[in-house]
Amino acid sequence: MLKCRTVWRKLAPLARASSTLCRQNVRRTGLHNARLPAHVPGAHMATGPGGGGRENQLYVLLVGATCLGGAIYAYRTVKGDQQRYDERIAEIASRPHRRTQQATTSVQIETPAVPESEPQATPSSEEPSPVVPDAETADSSEAPEPIQAEGLTTEQPSPALPPHAPYLLIGGGTASFAAARSIRARDPGARVLIVTDEPDLPYMRPPLSKELWFSDDPAVTETLRFKQWNGKERSIYFQPPSFYITPEELSTAENGGVAVLTSKKVVHMDVRGNKVKLDDDTEISYDKCLIATGGIPRNLQVIDRAGDEVKQKTTLFRKIDDFRTLDKVSRNIKSITVIGGGFLGSELACALGRRSQDSGLEVIQMFPEKGNMGKVLPEYLSNWTTEKVKTEGVKVIPEALVKSVTCKDDQLEIKLKDGRLIKTDHVVAAVGLEPNVDLAKSAGLEVDSDFGGYRVNAELQARSNIWVAGDAACFYDIRLGRRRVEHHDHAVVSGRLAGENMTGANKPYWHQSMFWSDLGPDVGYEAIGIVDSSLPTVGVFAKATAKDTPKAATEESGTGIRSESETEDVASSPVASSIPAPAETHKDDYGKGVIFYLRDKVVVGIILWNVFNRMPIARKIIKDGEEHGDLNEVAKLFNIHED
Amino acid sequence: MSYCRQEGKDRIIFVTKEDHEAPSNAELIAEDPHDPYEEQGLILPDGAINWNCPCLGGMASGPCGAQFKEAFSCFHYSKEEVKGSECIDHFRNMQECMQRYPELYPQEEDKESSNQPEANSASDSTEGTASSSQTDSVPLSSPTDSQTTS
Repeated sequence: MLKCRTVWRKLAPLARASSTLCRQNVRRTGLHNARLPAHVPGAHMATGPGGGGRENQLYVLLVGATCLGGAIYAYRTVKGDQQRYDERIAEIASRPHRRTQQATTSVQIETPAVPESEPQATPSSEEPSPVVPDAETADSSEAPEPIQAEGLTTEQPSPALPPHAPYLLIGGGTASFAAARSIRARDPGARVLIVTDEPDLPYMRPPLSKELWFSDDPAVTETLRFKQWNGKERSIYFQPPSFYITPEELSTAENGGVAVLTSKKVVHMDVRGNKVKLDDDTEISYDKCLIATGGIPRNLQVIDRAGDEVKQKTTLFRKIDDFRTLDKVSRNIKSITVIGGGFLGSELACALGRRSQDSGLEVIQMFPEKGNMGKVLPEYLSNWTTEKVKTEGVKVIPEALVKSVTCKDDQLEIKLKDGRLIKTDHVVAAVGLEPNVDLAKSAGLEVDSDFGGYRVNAELQARSNIWVAGDAACFYDIRLGRRRVEHHDHAVVSGRLAGENMTGANKPYWHQSMFWSDLGPDVGYEAIGIVDSSLPTVGVFAKATAKDTPKAATEESGTGIRSESETEDVASSPVASSIPAPAETHKDDYGKGVIFYLRDKVVVGIILWNVFNRMPIARKIIKDGEEHGDLNEVAKLFNIHED
Repeated sequence: MSYCRQEGKDRIIFVTKEDHEAPSNAELIAEDPHDPYEEQGLILPDGAINWNCPCLGGMASGPCGAQFKEAFSCFHYSKEEVKGSECIDHFRNMQECMQRYPELYPQEEDKESSNQPEANSASDSTEGTASSSQTDSVPLSSPTDSQTTS
């Protein structure tokens, strides 16, 4: 009823218009026929006196026809759209069937006997992809049977690669390996496939910029083994090749295992269908997937645009190949410049500087900050550190903004904004890491705009069966807020956690990861939490003795990877020491101490400066998240004067 | 005596040994041993073995992981007078498996693995002792192993 009223109201102007039209017609006819009365009464109905009837009828016919025509057109369009939609859906639905038909002709696969490969992989997809990664294995040694599944196929017949991996880890770095280990420990007989675009098995990165440079072995670039201070040798590879099984064995190995697929890049991820596509068009489906793609070193814009000659003389340092290249190059040139004053830049500069003492290599380090680690250490400590770096044989140029880099006479000329010109033979750019989020688009995963990387929740989960760990994960830290961390121990901790959650643990990021850095044999520190020089800090220092050096720390714990020393005894019992009380005259000697980083009066970060094996205490303080009135009292917990 | 200095937003305190002799009055929150979020030691609160304990290195996850788990579980739950005496077969299996991977399990470990594995599972294959990691809930983060473990 209301509808009618609104409709009528809408029609009212039309009615009025048509009535005036009719009246005009009537008048005209009236004039023609001269049958009109002297005055025309005011209100006339639309259906006027008989005289205007014919025109009226014509008018009504016209309007009616138009309405009818409009209605027919509208109906046709809607019908057509519906048809098109249905066709499209049908087409999509028919695609997997088409592919299956291709598969039956090209690939010979047998149905496996192993229970795991059963359709656990029920896709969380909506219709129309009825893609069920069924139980299929490719085992060329067994007698082949024709498949009947609507499962996944490989367009090129490569029966060697498994088409399905219950646990698929994208990326073959620290986080990935830690996850693999965690999964294997918790899920007996788990089958884990690591896909990495590097040609190497999983290895650890810290020695690439530290210990490997101090090795006396001339073949170190091949063996990649390094001797620690105490003489113990280890390889940078987490495990030797015999630890892993081959991808071909993955589906049939009795107790499962970890297989690594090297030199293959994942280019596309289908979240609905629970499968990924590699750069050689192979498709692998998964039940649970971890993205641990790490990142790519950033380059300076000026170098990127500078042309090939300059780029050939530039190294972006991250992988084993980069280490090999830099090692070779640094032996054959006279001058090398490291651009960047953070962890990597400073460590490389110190490592090269040490080498320079034998070879006469000129090592320059330049960065926009005022001192080394300017974004991490408070200013006084950053300045002190810079002096130490200089004693390692490095020419430090702070407050240097690179304006341009050109190649002249087979040398590089770096022009700074303040006009200084530096001539050098080779450049190492250590200006940050760009997290690798290539799969975000195809997978439809969220990328964080503040920190970069894939945005995941506190349990490192991006979507139902997808986790992200390591450098590429922007996660929610319950204590410290959303962050993204690019350190080795974080890769281990987050990789482990992701592995645990992939096997059903549902634990959030809780165990705070730490990091460490050594700048030469005299300066070393361990840190935990948010260590940002823009935060207010409180530093409590004592005077250092010969015992308080990184060298001593590694000798004691027997390991150069400092995060490992925690699995040893926790050093908290005070030992009677013969260290003399530090005198006030050594005001500017920041030998050893503890620095607290505060955010709203709560300690969110701690640096242990030349104080080792105290990390559990630091971790506890951050975990508590309490406001401490007197941080000197908190510093007492660390026993900084003891060994 | 300690002395204090302020540089902008950063405060610097120098302390002598005497300054830090008095015990700290900083309050720390008591640890909850059953906190599900915390990293666990080797033995979980319910008595089960935490195979993901960093102290085990890669023993439970390597190629001989299954055999190791069987042997160690048998030992752990053994109620015999000589603990683990009925687990000889499991240990033999484990040893046989390990011999197939000498790179991962170097030979000197063999003579120890026939003894009490609890004391050794973490120790000989990693660097130091594992005793501290068994019962307490000290957070452990071992990113790597020495090459000998798996």
